[in-house]
Amino acid sequence: MALAKITTITGRGLAVPGNDIDTDRIIPARFLKAVTFDGMGEGLFFDARKAATAAGQVHPLDDPRFRGAGILLSGANFGCGSSREHAPQAIQKAGFRAIVAESYAEIFFGNATTIGLACVCATRADLARLAAAIAANPALEITVDLVGREIRFDGRKIPLTMRDSARDALVHGRWDPIGELLEGAAAVAATASRLPYLAAPQK
Amino acid sequence: MRTSPRNLFGKVWAAHAVRELANGQTQLLIGTHLIHEVTSPQAFAMLRDLGLKVAMPHRTFATVDHIVPTDRQTEPFSDPLADAMIKALRKNCTDHGITYFDLASGRQGIVHMVGPEQGITQPGTTIACGDSHTSTHGAFGAIALGIGTSQVRDVLATQTMALGRLKLRRINVEGRLGPGVYAKDVILHIIRTLGVNGGTGFAYEYGGAVFDRFSMEERMTVCNMSIEGGARVGYVNPDETTFAYLKGRPYSPVGAAWDEAVARWRAVASEPGCQYDDVVTISGADIPPTVTWGINPGQGIAITETIPDPAKATAVDEKASIEEALAYMKLRAGAPIKGIKIDVAFLGSCTNARLSDFKEVAKYLPGRRVAQGVKAIAVPGSQIVSRQCAELGIDRVFRDAGFDWREAGCSMCLAMNPDKLVGDQLCASSSNRNFKGRQGSPTGRTLLMSPLMVAAAAVTGAVADAREVFGVIH
Repeated sequence: MALAKITTITGRGLAVPGNDIDTDRIIPARFLKAVTFDGMGEGLFFDARKAATAAGQVHPLDDPRFRGAGILLSGANFGCGSSREHAPQAIQKAGFRAIVAESYAEIFFGNATTIGLACVCATRADLARLAAAIAANPALEITVDLVGREIRFDGRKIPLTMRDSARDALVHGRWDPIGELLEGAAAVAATASRLPYLAAPQK
Repeated sequence: MRTSPRNLFGKVWAAHAVRELANGQTQLLIGTHLIHEVTSPQAFAMLRDLGLKVAMPHRTFATVDHIVPTDRQTEPFSDPLADAMIKALRKNCTDHGITYFDLASGRQGIVHMVGPEQGITQPGTTIACGDSHTSTHGAFGAIALGIGTSQVRDVLATQTMALGRLKLRRINVEGRLGPGVYAKDVILHIIRTLGVNGGTGFAYEYGGAVFDRFSMEERMTVCNMSIEGGARVGYVNPDETTFAYLKGRPYSPVGAAWDEAVARWRAVASEPGCQYDDVVTISGADIPPTVTWGINPGQGIAITETIPDPAKATAVDEKASIEEALAYMKLRAGAPIKGIKIDVAFLGSCTNARLSDFKEVAKYLPGRRVAQGVKAIAVPGSQIVSRQCAELGIDRVFRDAGFDWREAGCSMCLAMNPDKLVGDQLCASSSNRNFKGRQGSPTGRTLLMSPLMVAAAAVTGAVADAREVFGVIH
């Protein structure tokens, strides 16, 4: 299975500020009543968008200035809570190809990486600079460079960090591990044979 | 040659590590795979698209929990989307030869109750499930991982997954818990202390005198919410309590195999003097009955405390977090948490819907009535718990007190079934998440607490100190 090598992501930005944004908020549970991921993008931040509208505000996702953005900005511990892969799927299906945040919850980070959605980290101060630049000019082109480990915008650059295993997987086009896992079948059988509880099927 | 003492995490990891992958992660063998209707259908579709089979169908077990109506479990469900999901699960299990504890089995329940009840959850094993509360199974000394749907596919197709090694934090809770303080308070206190992302990158090993005395059900309550503290894995070393719980369960070994298994389980426990990446020690006596006031499980306070004031916050983002939470929760800074009127009381979920939870509350309920205007529902976590409660007359105690006594499922913990908050109702809940909109209404509000505190709120109509309401003395 040949996967794309994800080395740089270029697009416009959109910020959903805040810390501890959980996966229930990213995609409310009622949108999980489905047997496919189709249409998941429409549920992205659904209740937060509704709440903004009800309060006479415009959620960034509904703001025409940010339409077509490909890079999502947020705060610390992004994607905490439920393990639902529906969350990164919704973000990806809504057109985002990278997230820049201060930090990520563990399960979300793994789920996103496995579908080729790059989750990179920047410092709080750098995130604020980037968000300010986007607010000033929503058409600003941003480049997330996984090889050069930096984010470029507006003639400036800020460093990005990312867990080595995830960066390696994206850059070398092995972010979906299924092919590699299948190749290990013989080694899996050998390991399983050494574990007594796996030896015999139980009734 | 003397080998240095080893911890359980390292031993289980080493026994299940198949090989190193190109990106440095480990291909980890998953001994037991649990699936349910919400996160598995897309994984089976991916398998079909790739032309793959289930590698070890006898090591995957299924049940249905999230979408099950609790007033009447019979199929077809009135919600066509929910009905399509349960049909898909049945078909996928039939097609691939997977054991399915369905509604007619008498063994259906929340997936994290079914594994232990059946004796499928065993010490020294690796367990994965497309559900973040899989950490529950760590109570038995297993490495139990919540995974996403693509990883459910990986486990189905290969019985393995790709994972980077976690660091290990030992959390000791020493001494004794005070009267009216429960396992739920222990984990809410730990999360409050270490933060909702304090466990990122860590597995938590819980121990100390309080855990030594805990029943398996209490250990499950704590391990269940490890993920709310950011730790993907939480476990307790197996001991006599663990073995006594497992003895005689349907999937537990028997005869000579039982003796061999117990010897293996004993040997897998962390050894005295083993290494940890971090150690935290908490005194059990310092843990109060705890209630959350905000929109994440770390925003908790003692029942005797007042709601935090953003003006007194020490960090800029703490101030912003408190303000956001208070605005959503419609609560006033500086006000006592005690006395806040509730609309709904929910006693259920994979955190607190086991026999011991209902038994404990039933001790104090006789002669009490749910307060006027409060909707109180009690939802056993499994059909087995439901039957046990019926045999002991516990369901009657709850009904007599004015609780709506339901059938098994996840219910109002995440409201994927018809049990939902309406508008901005405030719910005293024994569940695990107080996120915005979590209980089914986009403006619904949740206060997390122990089952007895939920009961105290139900009978008084307001957040209350169960120790005062019920005169709790151990």
